[in-house]
Amino acid sequence: MSEEPQAEWPLYEVFVRGKRGLNHVHVGSLHAADDEMAVRHARDVYTRRNEGVSIWVVRAEAITASSPDEKDPFFAPSGDKVYRHPTFYAIPDDVPHM
Amino acid sequence: MTLTDHELEQAFETTIAHNDRIEPRDWMPEGYRKTLVRQVAQHAHSEIIGMQPEGAWITRAPSLRRKAILLAKVQDEAGHGLYLYSACETLGVSRGELTDMLIQGRQKYSSIFNYPTLSYADVGTIGWLVDGAAICNQVPLCRTSFGPYGRAMIRICKEESFHQRQGYELLMTMMRGTDEQRAMVQESVDRFWWPALMMFGPPDAESPNSAQSMAWGIKRNTNDELRQRFVDMSMPQAEALGVTFPDPDLRWNEERGHYDFGTPDWDEFMQVVKGDGPCNRQRIAHRKRAHEDGAWVREAATAFAAKELSA
Amino acid sequence: MSHSTPDPNDAHGSVFDGLLGSDDSQWAFGTDFEDPLAGVDTTMPEGVAPDALATYCVMLADDALVLSHRVSEWCSNAPDLEEDIALANIALDLLGQARLLLARAAAADPTVVPALPEGSPVPPEDALAFFREAGDFRNVRLAEVDNGDFAHVVCRILLFATVRLALMERLRESRDRVLAAVAAKGVKELAYHRDYAGRWFLTLAQGTDESRRRLVAALEDLWPLYPELLATHAVEDEVATAGVGVRPADVAAEVEVVLEQVLAMSAVERPDRRALAGVRGRTGRDGLHTEALGRMLAEMQVTARAHPMGQW
Repeated sequence: MSEEPQAEWPLYEVFVRGKRGLNHVHVGSLHAADDEMAVRHARDVYTRRNEGVSIWVVRAEAITASSPDEKDPFFAPSGDKVYRHPTFYAIPDDVPHM
Repeated sequence: MTLTDHELEQAFETTIAHNDRIEPRDWMPEGYRKTLVRQVAQHAHSEIIGMQPEGAWITRAPSLRRKAILLAKVQDEAGHGLYLYSACETLGVSRGELTDMLIQGRQKYSSIFNYPTLSYADVGTIGWLVDGAAICNQVPLCRTSFGPYGRAMIRICKEESFHQRQGYELLMTMMRGTDEQRAMVQESVDRFWWPALMMFGPPDAESPNSAQSMAWGIKRNTNDELRQRFVDMSMPQAEALGVTFPDPDLRWNEERGHYDFGTPDWDEFMQVVKGDGPCNRQRIAHRKRAHEDGAWVREAATAFAAKELSA
Repeated sequence: MSHSTPDPNDAHGSVFDGLLGSDDSQWAFGTDFEDPLAGVDTTMPEGVAPDALATYCVMLADDALVLSHRVSEWCSNAPDLEEDIALANIALDLLGQARLLLARAAAADPTVVPALPEGSPVPPEDALAFFREAGDFRNVRLAEVDNGDFAHVVCRILLFATVRLALMERLRESRDRVLAAVAAKGVKELAYHRDYAGRWFLTLAQGTDESRRRLVAALEDLWPLYPELLATHAVEDEVATAGVGVRPADVAAEVEVVLEQVLAMSAVERPDRRALAGVRGRTGRDGLHTEALGRMLAEMQVTARAHPMGQW
């Protein structure tokens, strides 16, 4: 009974600029069929359509991550699966309030 | 730069020992990963299944204000499930796979949601006691060793406190209402008290996975510690509300500095956990139907996106 | 006792502070409780009969209330979590509009509010929502019919939001400052609803054979209810003449342009279906409904009616 993967929407990472003067910050991920749907979902899920908020979405698989001293033994055998993405990985250590 | 497995394991242990976070691409022992997947998935499923008992009252909410609050709350639960599924995906399991495991009964969710909601007071009681118990469980998880899980929990805890407050406030309002409403509140509290205590899991002595989870920093407190904290926290709230808990053994123990309380019916707990609770089948059937009914929509969006790309 | 909820950001949590920031207004769901009527002049406009204004408000309110209820039935039943959240947002927006409009109706003409037992604490908006019979509801029938599949809710929201958005855009100029304020808030919400439904309409039309078949079937099913959205009732005509309301007939042309655009983009033909008849000319706006509304209200009103003296 694994008819599922075919219809599973790809994973997107969501970055939100809470207000002017701040960086976009990674807030989480979601699934969407395409970029436009991803932005729509991000507004619903992560900002509740708060106005004045800027949202970036990017396909998780499009992110290239540095991994200085990491070894990826668990992910190696299934390189093409969505879960190879670094969700929540690249969190800025803080948001500058300048 | 290739590290040996032994070095990787040492690095992992050091990170844990320093109370630092493990991140998705870090090396981690398979047991750690499996335990996390099980726990985070179970947590995510609980949010999603938890939409049903309360969601059942959205269409029967007694005021428009309550309807809005309840709808927003159940919506939050979908959001919580979504954050947690995302955290789980960083461990290499997709949401689709997790949903399949839920539907096939291969992964569990909190047994509390296998109890029925029988009156509108249940919406308040679930907010107060069930979400209250969940907060006891969840607040320590904000410091859990796996980064994505901890970060999801921070967002969730912020929203959960709104949930608990709305529940308690509903019950307070009802207690100021008619005799019938007060009776409704007490009846609901009587029904949910013991299942709420069971939410912390079996006693420590019978909780097989607890010790390892504590050592790994996945869990931060034992079941019994959290249960005690919950009882201590709930008693003054019950007094302020004007309701009682259905436990003759419940009393303050000066020596311990805690409340003593009776023993939940662990046989009933096992019955519910094993699938024979009042609503287990109904909950899974609902989720399965919604998931299957939605398949053509998800497929359509995928097909549309593919066409757009090739256009 | 110090068993209050510990701060999740305490020890070791500081690395997450930047993620959350100190302003969490954009995070917590359900916290956006700012009063849209703050600072708005609530005096009744002159030159319009209070009962006409009240009835008009009830019409707009019931449309939103009843459709909100139907959309809320999707909760925990949507094709995916993201869609569940989106539909709940739409239901919440409509519910918010309904509450403001019902309160305005009660303020304009208190006699529209059903009588409750002496001393009942039930506020006017709830008396109107939960203690009126189906025959007193003034919503269009499109809002009340039973839910179908996801294509059905997409088509219903598309038709509904397209018309209501056009109405609300003009209603922002209403001489009733409260209606104008409600409309100003509603325009932003409805623009989103229309956009959401329009995007899904296109997606389903162009997705798979199955989705296209279902979309066309849903549109055909709902189309006979569409003309009612653009018909102008005598009360609407009266308040429009007074500069307080909007005639649906006056926005028909622009609504048509939008719908034709969506249909053309999606390569879906305009259904060849005639309007659903009323009964001796009476339709939803007159309180003449389908059988579905009575069943819906039986469920919606059951708890409130069991406790006419209750406090919630």
